Amino acid sequence: MAKSIDVTDLDIYYGDFKAVEDVNVTIPAKQVTAFIGPSGCGKSTFLRALNRMHEVIPGAYVDGKVLVDGQDLYAVEVDPVAVRRQVGMVFQRPNPFPTMSIYENVIAGMRLNNKKMKKSEADDVVESALRAADLWGEVNERLARPGSGLSGGQQQRLCIARAIAVQPQVLLMDEPCSALDPISTSAIEDLIHELKANYTIVIVTHNMQQAARVSDDTAFFNLVGTGKPGRLIEFGETRKIFSNPDEKATEDYISGRFG
Amino acid sequence: MADSSNELTRPVKRLGDRIFSGTALGAGVLILVTLAGVGLFLTIEGLPGFTADSSATQPADNFVGLAGPLVFGTVLSATLALMLAVPLAVGVALFISHYAPRRLSQGLGYLVDLLAAVPSVVYGLWGIIFLAPKLVPIYRWLENNVGWIPFFSGPTLASGRNMATVAVVLAVMILPIITAICREIFLQTPTLHEEAALALGATRWEMIRMAVFPYGRSGIVSAAMLGLGRALGETLAVTLVLSPAILYSFNFIGAQNPSTIASNIALQFPEASGLEVSVLIATGLVLFLITFVVNFAARAVVNRRSEFSGAN
Repeated sequence: MAKSIDVTDLDIYYGDFKAVEDVNVTIPAKQVTAFIGPSGCGKSTFLRALNRMHEVIPGAYVDGKVLVDGQDLYAVEVDPVAVRRQVGMVFQRPNPFPTMSIYENVIAGMRLNNKKMKKSEADDVVESALRAADLWGEVNERLARPGSGLSGGQQQRLCIARAIAVQPQVLLMDEPCSALDPISTSAIEDLIHELKANYTIVIVTHNMQQAARVSDDTAFFNLVGTGKPGRLIEFGETRKIFSNPDEKATEDYISGRFG
Repeated sequence: MADSSNELTRPVKRLGDRIFSGTALGAGVLILVTLAGVGLFLTIEGLPGFTADSSATQPADNFVGLAGPLVFGTVLSATLALMLAVPLAVGVALFISHYAPRRLSQGLGYLVDLLAAVPSVVYGLWGIIFLAPKLVPIYRWLENNVGWIPFFSGPTLASGRNMATVAVVLAVMILPIITAICREIFLQTPTLHEEAALALGATRWEMIRMAVFPYGRSGIVSAAMLGLGRALGETLAVTLVLSPAILYSFNFIGAQNPSTIASNIALQFPEASGLEVSVLIATGLVLFLITFVVNFAARAVVNRRSEFSGAN
């Protein structure tokens, strides 16, 4: 189920502006890969290119190849809607659907794929997704309550449950803990560790301790200069990137000399 | 020391604060006073009308006989108009907010706003001169093919001046205001919710159903109620199009159509005197109360699931 992602010669544009340039990388399956780098370096943009959410913004497009399981996501015959059903996403701020209950939120993605689902099947999907997101124990008594009534950390875990309920091949996380307190953050990090047994996970983070704690591999993005596109500077095992990086810029960033 | 503690305990009041709170309070009170004044006027002036005898309530025998069909006609025409206008308005608003290319959507938006500013007498004239004759073939078809449905039993007049034409004219009149409000509300859907739906693999229509409609639901209801308010009170367009009668009829394309309260007042007031005036004002009071009930009902609908509204 979990698949690796091969990116070849990827350029990402917002209209005329080239935001990210010439990315070549292979993100391994069933591992956690962290994207780090200073603000505006294109790591979130690159993440959104991995499930074609980038092109939701008017005028935005990419040039290059993104292969998941050998299939190019940007091939002409590929429907972005189908891509997003295979590559799930968790956002920076928790965004459960405010008009839906906790139950409806978790099942929302399944309802899109498979309108006619038996009640018992739906119940099973909701329970297993919430259990996988470590939220079942906290909400099983109040599944019919609005998702927006939960705490921020619980909402974010609800969003993770919603994303994994459709059993994607890849799970993208765009700074999933930046709006959360340390305890909720720790809960999400534990969850990421558990999830990587079944999913390929890519996480963007500004928190380098977090990258070091949760990820197996790390990609460092940086700007060549102001107004220039962001680039992938270095990619490798997290242990190596944080102890003995090949590039000077990586070392400067990791050690807090800039960014 | 005494000075500094004094400074902390003394409330800070700037001139701007005082002016603002004063004008805000004044404006709020003014609305209530105006509303109470209108209500009071209608009640005092209209009270004798409720008990008027048949001399003042022609062609009916008493007040209820006159006001009943008028209320019926008012509610019927406004409801029909709303049923035609709301789906169309939501569709147009969605097209402008989520489907049309940006340049086109701006032009369309201006156009809709412009339509809202056209005076109702113009819509009335357009309805009677242009629209009604064009609709006659449709009425004929309905009469001949589905005439067994009481709504379309006919007989259709060649002029096309009937309840169905009124409903269409009213629908066109209230369409812009409903569209404009819906468009604004749809545009305010948080990007976060839209992206949440898209990231789950929703198509654009599924995204609209998952994120845009739930977020805009109370706004759509409010927009519809504003439109309904305008349709309920519309005078000129109805007066121009309809050949009025005092009766109950669900025959939308027939020769005899129930008039509306506002239209009836406009038609009868110039020649009314004494108790007849009171009767007309009493029907006005009834219209006033109907709009109140409609608004409260709309509020109730909106509040029913308020904890799911996203406001918390």
